[in-house]
Amino acid sequence: MYTQALNTAEADDRGLEDAAKAAQFQARIDAEERIEPNDWMPAAYRKTLTRQISQHAHSEIVGMLPEGNWITRAPTLRRKAALLAKVQDECGHGLYLYAAAETLGSSREELVDAMLAGKAKYSSIFNYPTLTWADIGTIGWLVDGAAIMNQIPLCRCSYGPYARAMIRVCKEESFHQRQGYEIMLTLCRGSDEQKAMAQDALNRWWWPVLMMFGPPDAASQHSDTSTRWKIKRFSNDELRQKFVDATVPQAQYLGLTIPDPAMTQDADGHWRYSEIDWTEFKQVLAGNGPCNRDRIAARRKAHDDGAWVREAAASYAAKRQHRQTAQAAE
Amino acid sequence: MPVANIQVSETPLVLYTLRRADDALILGHRLSEWCGHAPMLEEDMALSNIALDLIGQARELYTYAAKVEGKDNDEDKFAYLRDVRQYRNLLLVEQPNGDFAQTLVRQFFYSAFADLYWRAMMTSRDATLAAIAAKSEKESAYHLRHASEWIIRLGDGTEESHARAQGAIDHLWSFTSEMFAVDDGERTLIDVGIAIDPATLRDRWLTTLANVASEATLSLPQNNWMQQGGRAGRHSEHLGHLLSELQSMQRTFPGLTW
Repeated sequence: MYTQALNTAEADDRGLEDAAKAAQFQARIDAEERIEPNDWMPAAYRKTLTRQISQHAHSEIVGMLPEGNWITRAPTLRRKAALLAKVQDECGHGLYLYAAAETLGSSREELVDAMLAGKAKYSSIFNYPTLTWADIGTIGWLVDGAAIMNQIPLCRCSYGPYARAMIRVCKEESFHQRQGYEIMLTLCRGSDEQKAMAQDALNRWWWPVLMMFGPPDAASQHSDTSTRWKIKRFSNDELRQKFVDATVPQAQYLGLTIPDPAMTQDADGHWRYSEIDWTEFKQVLAGNGPCNRDRIAARRKAHDDGAWVREAAASYAAKRQHRQTAQAAE
Repeated sequence: MPVANIQVSETPLVLYTLRRADDALILGHRLSEWCGHAPMLEEDMALSNIALDLIGQARELYTYAAKVEGKDNDEDKFAYLRDVRQYRNLLLVEQPNGDFAQTLVRQFFYSAFADLYWRAMMTSRDATLAAIAAKSEKESAYHLRHASEWIIRLGDGTEESHARAQGAIDHLWSFTSEMFAVDDGERTLIDVGIAIDPATLRDRWLTTLANVASEATLSLPQNNWMQQGGRAGRHSEHLGHLLSELQSMQRTFPGLTW
């Protein structure tokens, strides 16, 4: 396995994590150098990144489900092909990110098992249901839009494999975002029924999308060290504000109303949004969102139903290798 | 006022093109049902890829059928506004996904045919069909390779995978002869070099199947009783459910732009 060829966490962290190495490491980070898999790194850096990259990978994979819910019902063949290609892209991102996480010493299987066991998190947004076609447009426009806002700074993340993965992911996400906005534009130029469908989707997704940026800065657990290690370059609230400022004019162009009547624009041009209901966010993270159980159940079912296929592939590969070895010995 | 079902002037060339378009769309739709639920992420990707190729083929063929027909129809009207009896696909492609073995055996039977079929159609005297064939042949060659590799892995994998693969072959076999059948309308197209006679592909198709089955330690059924009817719109019960899902938006909101 690829990861076994790398310096593992155990080997590094038990004797060698001395102050000099840590200082040297921080100096490299401060000099904007990229940390690569074989480089020395503090155990906490490895752990933080493994958590973040694998959560990101899980989000891509679980995120296939709400949109996948509409592949078989997309309203035109062009939309069907585009949606299928989009969900396939998300799967590709997941694979790519699991590979990046593996460079830190955990296997894809371990990481996936943790997710299926409910021990690893994925983005809270995917625990909301896609009820109408407008939800597909809204997810592209807002969910992918928020993801881009989060991920563009990650292209400069100090960990090389993650930063490089993000460059590619961001290119595709940006395409998805435009595609989602184009769905919304078509709906908003359509019948009254279609406009109402678009507004209803925005009403349901707006607040959960703002929650995607994570808890307010005052309450965030991980930000300080992540910032020092240049994993995180902007705070949750900074990114959230950037997103809101970018999105309000887009909603206005569509003729849609952001479901926040108290929202105002301040003298600096920033759109000030109302208090977010963090109780809902905590509930969704705790497993009580509308779709948490369905999402995990769907991923477990795919995993369990596919077990015999993976076993067959492994068994065939072993037989084949055995035959080749036997042939070579003759 | 939008109509419930469109009328299609099924001249031999329109019907011929629609039949191939329907094969590609229905199989593509079936494969797309796997997206997010496959046994491994690599197969989520691969099955989606194949589905995308097939939906792409369907769109080109529908668009060409619409052009030949010369009426108000287009790719979406053909896909979304025809009922079960107007669909002309093979019974094989509408069969449910079942387990992974059933999906892959269905794909193997179809792709082994499609690979030969599109290659032969590259010489069609109809320039558009020949061009669609040239693109589809490249795609089908990959689909066949993917399916063949899986048939071998499943057949020569574990006891369970072998039993599932053999069960799928036995189950789906009776839907295969439709691929080689020709009616009078198609015969006229074959006579003028627009279509090819699929019966001429049967031996090579069987050879492909026999070679892969042999490597997979699987056997092909001796039972020769075959189901027919898809080309004439006499389908299995499965297609109606597929269409009710595929068409739900266009049926619920008739006549809108999406």
